[in-house]
Amino acid sequence: MANAPTPRVRVPATAKAGELIEIKTLISHEMESGQRKDSSGKVVPRKIINKFSATFNGKPVFEADWNPAISANPYQSFFYKAAETGEFTFTWKDDDGSEYTAKNKLTVG
Amino acid sequence: MNLKTVETTRRETLTLAAIAGLAAFLAPKMSFADENAVAAEIKKLYGDKKPGSGKIKLDVPEIAENGLVVPVNVEVESPMTDKDYVKAVHVFADGNPLPGVVTYKFTPACGKASASTRMRLAQTQNIVCVAEMSDGSLYMAKSNVKVTIGGCGG
Repeated sequence: MANAPTPRVRVPATAKAGELIEIKTLISHEMESGQRKDSSGKVVPRKIINKFSATFNGKPVFEADWNPAISANPYQSFFYKAAETGEFTFTWKDDDGSEYTAKNKLTVG
Repeated sequence: MNLKTVETTRRETLTLAAIAGLAAFLAPKMSFADENAVAAEIKKLYGDKKPGSGKIKLDVPEIAENGLVVPVNVEVESPMTDKDYVKAVHVFADGNPLPGVVTYKFTPACGKASASTRMRLAQTQNIVCVAEMSDGSLYMAKSNVKVTIGGCGG
């Protein structure tokens, strides 16, 4: 089964200037830790998403370096202090070089 | 043929085989990190700098029913201004095969140095959190998690 990793983001569409909003993210991914052995006893090689980053209008906001200890279908939440209207870009980087992104607009009134 | 000798020999052989089997079964399948491994990771990052206590709220369950999905929330007290904010937060697990769990890089734009995720824990162990502030100061917090079903999938 190889469904493409699908990111899901929960972030409000509007916020007041100075308001603290919580951003919740999830991406479907097996996060193969490199610790498991298959039925023949061979170690299943590591393949995880090792980096999650969030930028707003191109400026870095938050970054997480994930190790194999992060659970499958990794969940990550963090906070952002609303300032100006713009767009978030969320990026997930896989060990194999693949990148997955999601974009969300935020209107600040 | 002396029957007694044969029986004793067979019993001895079976006992030896049983012990060998038990030993192989009990032999650890993987090696685990320990608090020294965590200390080594911290030293690699920050040398011999001594972390203070306080400022960190490390939220992990006392008992994790499922070691595959253990929630971990970290919150570090800070005004999160350009001059005074939390730069990085590292989370370690001293009983996992590898000690590192996650490293967060915050910016003042976060407003609050708080992040939540879910981790895999192989067994009952301590979770260690180290926070680095923008002025270079360090803080550390530790919490024990009892794991009923280990999460290494092995």
